[in-house]
Amino acid sequence: MKTKSVKTVLPNLDLPESDKGYFCDARPEAVEPVKGIWENFLNWARANSLWILGFGTGCGAIELRPLMTSRYDMYRFGIQPRPTPRQSGLFVIGGYASVKTLKRIVRSYEQMQGPKFVLGLGSCTVNGGMYWDSYNTINRLDQYIPVDVYIAGCMPRPEALLAGIKTLQKQIMAGEAEGANDYARNFDWYKANQKKIIKDWNMPDYNW
Amino acid sequence: MNDMNALRAEVDHRYKIGELVEKRDDLAFLECGKVDIPDVLVYLRDHQGYVHLSFITCIDRLEEGQFELVYMLRNHEAKHDLGIKTYIDRENPVMESTHGHWAAVATYQRELREMFGIEFPGCPRVEESFALESWEGPPPMRRDFDTKKYSEETYFPRPGRETNDPADHMKKTQYPGRADL
Amino acid sequence: MTLWGQIGAAALSIFIFTNFGFLLMGSMAQIRARVQGRIGQPVYQPYIDVIKNNARRTAIYHGVMFYLGSVFRLAGGLGTFLFIPVVLGSPLFANFSFSGDVFLVMYFIFFGQLGMALGAGQSGHPYSPIGVSRGLAQMTAFELPFSLAVIALALKHHSLSITTIVQAQQGGIANWTMVTNPLAVIAAVIAFLGMSMHNPFSVVIAPQEIPIGPPTEYQSSLLGMLQTNRAIFNAAKLVLYVNLFFGGASAADGIIYSLFDALLPMVPVWLGVISGVITMMVKSFLLYFVTVFVGVSFPRFRTEQSIRYFLLVPTLIGLAGLILARI
Repeated sequence: MKTKSVKTVLPNLDLPESDKGYFCDARPEAVEPVKGIWENFLNWARANSLWILGFGTGCGAIELRPLMTSRYDMYRFGIQPRPTPRQSGLFVIGGYASVKTLKRIVRSYEQMQGPKFVLGLGSCTVNGGMYWDSYNTINRLDQYIPVDVYIAGCMPRPEALLAGIKTLQKQIMAGEAEGANDYARNFDWYKANQKKIIKDWNMPDYNW
Repeated sequence: MNDMNALRAEVDHRYKIGELVEKRDDLAFLECGKVDIPDVLVYLRDHQGYVHLSFITCIDRLEEGQFELVYMLRNHEAKHDLGIKTYIDRENPVMESTHGHWAAVATYQRELREMFGIEFPGCPRVEESFALESWEGPPPMRRDFDTKKYSEETYFPRPGRETNDPADHMKKTQYPGRADL
Repeated sequence: MTLWGQIGAAALSIFIFTNFGFLLMGSMAQIRARVQGRIGQPVYQPYIDVIKNNARRTAIYHGVMFYLGSVFRLAGGLGTFLFIPVVLGSPLFANFSFSGDVFLVMYFIFFGQLGMALGAGQSGHPYSPIGVSRGLAQMTAFELPFSLAVIALALKHHSLSITTIVQAQQGGIANWTMVTNPLAVIAAVIAFLGMSMHNPFSVVIAPQEIPIGPPTEYQSSLLGMLQTNRAIFNAAKLVLYVNLFFGGASAADGIIYSLFDALLPMVPVWLGVISGVITMMVKSFLLYFVTVFVGVSFPRFRTEQSIRYFLLVPTLIGLAGLILARI
C-alpha cells in the first residue's frame, strides 16, 4: 500500500519503535466539498445534527450541563452530547486550556471525523482572559486548532452558548465552517505551534 | 486558648525553637530550625495531639534569599491549628523529606519541587510532574520568574488587548467628574 | 409469486417499516421530552442524524471484522424482519415466512449482537468490550423468559410457524394470546423491555456516557448503518411481538374493515392490505409505548441487577405461562 509519496508520511518520531505500528502515519487530507444543492442539503443536515463531544476542558464546561435541562433544551436544535470523539462533530472548548489540557484537546480533536467544528467558549479561549499572563495557560486557541465561533464572556451564560451554536449553524449552512479542511491544509503550521508548547510529545503526530 | 506557651516550653525543652506567634485563639505559629523539623513534627503528632497535616506551603523570601516552609498541623481535639515554620537557603534549596510521617506529604513535596524547585531527597515519586507536564522553564512560582514575559514569549498573545485598573476604570466610566473618589 | 416479485415485495415492506421505525424513534423521543418538560427534538431528527453520519467526509477502519461488525448488525436486523409475516393473508407483506420461522427469528435477534461483538473487539477500544459483555449478558438473561413464552405458544398451537400462530389468533380479541395465555405475554413483554434497551435496562447502550456501548469506535457511515439497523430492528421486534401475542394483522380483519363492516364485500384487496399494515403500525405503536412508559418512569438497573431480575420474575411468570399452556 505504498502508493503515497514519502513526503506525506508522518514520522511519528516521538513514539517508541514498538508503538509505531499501532498508529497511523498518514497526514490529514482536505476533502473538497461538493458544490451545489447536494452540499447545501448535507450542510443543512450537519447543522441540525450537532453532536457535542462531552469533554469539559475548563470551568466553562459547567455551562454545557444546563443546556440539557428543560429550561434551555438543546435537543430541540438536534444537539446532543456524545461520549466519544469518533461520533461527535462539535468540540466546545470550555474556558481556559492549560498546556496539559491542550495536549488532550489536540488528541481529541484529531480523533473526530470531519467535518468538525470548534466553539471557543469564554474569554480565555479568545485572548487568555483573566489568565492572559499565566505561565501555563494558552492565550489563543486558534493558534492550535481551527476555531469556528468564539463566545466572549467570563463565563458566558447558557443563552450565549445557544446563540453561539445558532451562529455556528448559520455558518455551516452557508458552507463557511471548513475548519477540518483548514487544519489539513495548514497542518504543519498548527503542528509546529502545538509542539512549541507541548514539550513531551509522547503521542503520534496525527491521531486520526 | 489553651496553654500555648506551656506547649512552646515543652518543645523548646527538647528542640531549639523560636518565638511563639499567636495569630488567633485557634491559630499559632512556631519557628523551628531546619534540621529539627522531622523530630518536632513527630513530637507534636505523637505527644501533643497534632495528628493532622493540613498542608505544606512555601513562601519565597526573595529579599532574604530564603524559602520559608510552613507545615500546618491540626489538633482536632483542641480545635487548634499550629504552623511550624522554617527557613531554607534559596540558592541550594534542599529539605529533609518527611513522607514517613504522613502519606500525603509526598504529594505536597512533589508540588513544592515542581513549583519552587525545592529538592526532597528520598521522597517517593518526587521526580514525577505534578500539575505541569513537560515543564522546561525555571520553577514558575519563584518570584524572580516573570510569568507575563514567559506567557508573551510562549503563548502567542493576541494583539490589541487592553488592561484597565478596575478602580480607575470604574471612576472613568461609572462616576465621571467625581473628584472625591 | 415469482422470486423477483417476492424480493420486490420484501424490499417494499422493508422500506415501509424502516421509515416506520425511524418515525417511531423520533416520536418516542418527543414523548420522552414532553414527560421531562422539554420541547424535544423534531420527529424527523433520526433521519437528519443518519444523513449527517453518512455524509461525514472522513472515516476510519480498524480492519475487516470492524467493518463487518456493522454489516452483521444490519444483517441481523434485516434477517429478523425478513422472516416475519407482516400482514396475514397478504402475499405482498408475507416476506419469507415459512414453517418453523420463529426459531430462525429468535436466532437472528441474537445474531446482530454477536456480529457486533466481533467488530467491536477488533476496534481495540477498551469500552467496546464492556458494552458487548453487558449486552450479551443481558441478552442471554432476557432470552429465557422470551423463549419460555414462545415455547408456551408452540405448545398451545403445536406449531413453530408464525403464520400458524397468527392464524390461530384471528377472529376477535378473545383469541389473542394476550387473553388466552396472559402469563406468557407478561413474561414476553418484560423481556421486550430488555430487548428494546430503554430504561431500566439501558445500561447496555448507556447513552451519553463514557462507554456508549459496543459502537464506541463506530463513526461516519458505519454508525449510520447501525442507526438504520436500530430502526429496522425496532420495527422487526414489534412486528414479531404483535404477531405472536397481540393477534397480528390480517388483510381481512383490520381496523379500517371494522369501521366499514357493512362494506366488507365491496372493498378491494389492496385496501385490505393497507388496512392490515395500518393495524400492525397502530398495535406496534401501542406496544412500543409500553416500553417508553416504563422507561420514563424508572431509573436504570445495573447489569447484574437486570440479569437477576430477568432470571427471577419474568422467568417464573414464563414458567407459569408454560404450565397454563399445558392445562
